Amino acid sequence: MTILLLALLAQVPLERIVSADKEPGNWLSYSRSFDGQRHSPLTQINTTNVANLKVKWAYQFSKPGNQTSPIVVDNVMYISGPNSVAALDTRTGRPFWQWSRPIPSDYQSIGFGRTNRGVAVLNDMVYIATLDCWLVALDARSGIQRWAVKAGDYKLGYSFTVAPLAIKDKIIVGTSGGEAGIRGWLDAYNARTGKQEWRFYTIPGPGEAGHETWKNDAWKTGGGSTWVTGAYDPALNLVYWGIGNPAPDWNGDSRPGDNLYSCSFVALDGDTGKLKWHFQFTPHDVHDWDAAHVPILFDAEVRGRKRKLIANANRNGFYYLLDRESGEFLSGRDYVKQTWAKGLDDSGRPILLPGAEPTAEGTIVWPSLNGATIWFSPSYSPLTKLYYVAAREKSSKYFKSEAEYKPGTFFAGGGEQNLDPNDEWGAIRALDALTGQQKWQFKLLTPPWAGLMSTAGNLVFASSNEGNFFALDATTGKPLWDFQTGSAITSNPISFNIEGKQHIAIASGYTLYVFGL
Amino acid sequence: MIHFKPTMWLRSLTLALISWQILNAQSGRRLFEAQCALCHGQTGGGGKGPSLLKPKLNKAPDQAALEKLIADGIEPEMPGAWTLSPKELTQVAEYVRSLGSIPPESVPGDATAGKEIYRKSACASCHIIDGTGSGFGPELTNIGIRRNSAHLRQSILKPDDILPDGFMLIEAGQTKGIRLAEDLFNIQLMDASGRLHSFSKASTTINRTRNKSPMPAYTKFPATDLDNLIAYLASLKGSAK
Ligand code: HEC
Ligand code: HEC
Repeated sequence: MTILLLALLAQVPLERIVSADKEPGNWLSYSRSFDGQRHSPLTQINTTNVANLKVKWAYQFSKPGNQTSPIVVDNVMYISGPNSVAALDTRTGRPFWQWSRPIPSDYQSIGFGRTNRGVAVLNDMVYIATLDCWLVALDARSGIQRWAVKAGDYKLGYSFTVAPLAIKDKIIVGTSGGEAGIRGWLDAYNARTGKQEWRFYTIPGPGEAGHETWKNDAWKTGGGSTWVTGAYDPALNLVYWGIGNPAPDWNGDSRPGDNLYSCSFVALDGDTGKLKWHFQFTPHDVHDWDAAHVPILFDAEVRGRKRKLIANANRNGFYYLLDRESGEFLSGRDYVKQTWAKGLDDSGRPILLPGAEPTAEGTIVWPSLNGATIWFSPSYSPLTKLYYVAAREKSSKYFKSEAEYKPGTFFAGGGEQNLDPNDEWGAIRALDALTGQQKWQFKLLTPPWAGLMSTAGNLVFASSNEGNFFALDATTGKPLWDFQTGSAITSNPISFNIEGKQHIAIASGYTLYVFGL
Repeated sequence: MIHFKPTMWLRSLTLALISWQILNAQSGRRLFEAQCALCHGQTGGGGKGPSLLKPKLNKAPDQAALEKLIADGIEPEMPGAWTLSPKELTQVAEYVRSLGSIPPESVPGDATAGKEIYRKSACASCHIIDGTGSGFGPELTNIGIRRNSAHLRQSILKPDDILPDGFMLIEAGQTKGIRLAEDLFNIQLMDASGRLHSFSKASTTINRTRNKSPMPAYTKFPATDLDNLIAYLASLKGSAK
């Protein structure tokens, strides 16, 4: 009874998300805290007892391959699927309510599967972004729709799989569509009314800074999706977001130039969406190496000076450390096998090796098309000061072909061919967050597709394609617990309290598992 | 007055049909490279999506089923291609089907005599054909549509050189066998007697051999016997039931 009452009274003013560390038993936004760290301060489950972790309950989705990262607010867990949301009782896993919106019969996702990575909460509403480009606000108590805005045209390849991010009084949402020749953007909507507050075009138009990095009309179909949830610094009022590949992906002939702001991190003013700075990881990308990553924010001393930092292990195989006030490049190095760049110059720009461009006959390059890591979350532990990443060791044979833009179809210009499966593998790697130097690794049989969470119990939770969900010692990488979930895992873990007791959740296949001691 | 000889007319019709098929296959290939290659690989060998170089697709056994699968997609990972016209669907499906099929070939040798060699050589102690035999090695019931004669010859003469992707011989403690499954912490085997085993990797010493087949190399067959055996295997096109 008391539990139910608490659930009904749930209110999440922004202040609660800003001060997420004051209530570690909840998980209030995509990465728990605005800094993108996906780190839980909870300690009940730790290196001494994690071996006793058991399944407490499970929830079945109606579709397989779930990627949702749950939100937990005062004993209610909000999970999502494509065009659907459910609010679960965290004590039993039974749904308080379920909501869905039909996917139009002519909807087509171009270049990715039908998925959804999570919801956002703010005040008394839950926000979901749908495949057919609606941003929908639901009443957190009943699941009844408050408002819905159509933010893009799915018939042109725009589509939402991203978990929105609530900042201030706004909901930020980004779009997929990098293989369809969209012109990408990042949008902010008024959380109460759904009115659009600002739009930042990731591919600058005539008269805008960066437009000179495009030739002719290529910018109109220049790509630059925004499909992975970003981070936010409330003190600087800056939104940090990763921008996707330029289009067409593998044939860059029609788009000479650096193609800003593709494959970059951008820092935007939270009130206006104005660009404060950008950093481009892969200028003129021809391998589909989106910067589709959750940025990780932390503060540390660098070369004798205390700095506000932003870090990223990138799809292109390099780890980067930047100043998050200015975007200045501080350090970087490769963290997987890569064969396309000699290294990074003093400004962080890659020094290209010849012969890495896709060709009609195919060019073998490390890392593979899906990159050294991708959308699934990395984690940073303020205790170990390590950056944890699920790394993919794999090459592709990259092909280039003609690309002709036809609205709402593939505008890709090539693709990849897999090589010997015996030559590909993966690893959970712990990198020194200041240098990118590897401290330990835990090897995986195949390149992973699932994210990480570190905890103050000195653990890192991770997953494998073979269905293992497991815990590693955050300092040494030693495995301490594992559970076979029965399906390849393609999601991010979270941790939260049920009646004061720490639990861990992960979606796997059709199932959401919740573990406790 | 000019009369076309009927044979000539027929021949030009055949030529027209062939060039229509080639055109169709070319359009199918172009569609495939534009819309499917980014997941299935430029030549269908697999990428984010599975390899399509199979004579029989699990999810699409015939042309109609394949066209439907391509149009509808497979949730959640594979998008439906609703923008393709019915003609384009046919073209891309035909192209996909051509990827996995082995071109017809004439195999010398006598399949009936080959069946007898198969029996005498006790191949059935490791292989199942149409429900009979033992399942340590792969089923051979439809080997004739899966493999060409060169592959079959190699499998018999030098099995070590032609192992399937992911094939591994495992020694787990005292037990030897073929790897059936493996995750990060456990491994499952079948030993030569067909018994199934499961081991925790943390508490067992595991040795792996990647390029050795447990199948003996049959190098002593007289040439005609080998031809006959291959003809028999090539004639195996699947169970009638
Ligand atoms: C975004 C990636 C993606 C694209 C694009 C894509 N596929 Fe797939 N496809 C997949 C995945 C993943 C599977 C496996 C799905 C499963 O089995 O659940 C699959 C499965 C298939 C299968 C079934 C294979 C079997 O063994 O039964 C066929 C056939 C197929 N795809 C054909 C196509 C064709 C033809 C196209 C282009 C029109 C295409 N696919 C485009 C990802 C993709
Ligand atoms: C000791 C067990 C054993 C015996 C006896 C044996 N095989 Fe095999 N065979 C295997 C195994 C295991 C494989 C799979 C590994 C490989 O390809 O070598 C295999 C593979 C094959 C393949 C390839 C199948 C494919 O899918 O490519 C063919 C063909 C074959 N065997 C035919 C024969 C014939 C014909 C005989 C008898 C002359 C025979 N085998 C005897 C164990 C055996």
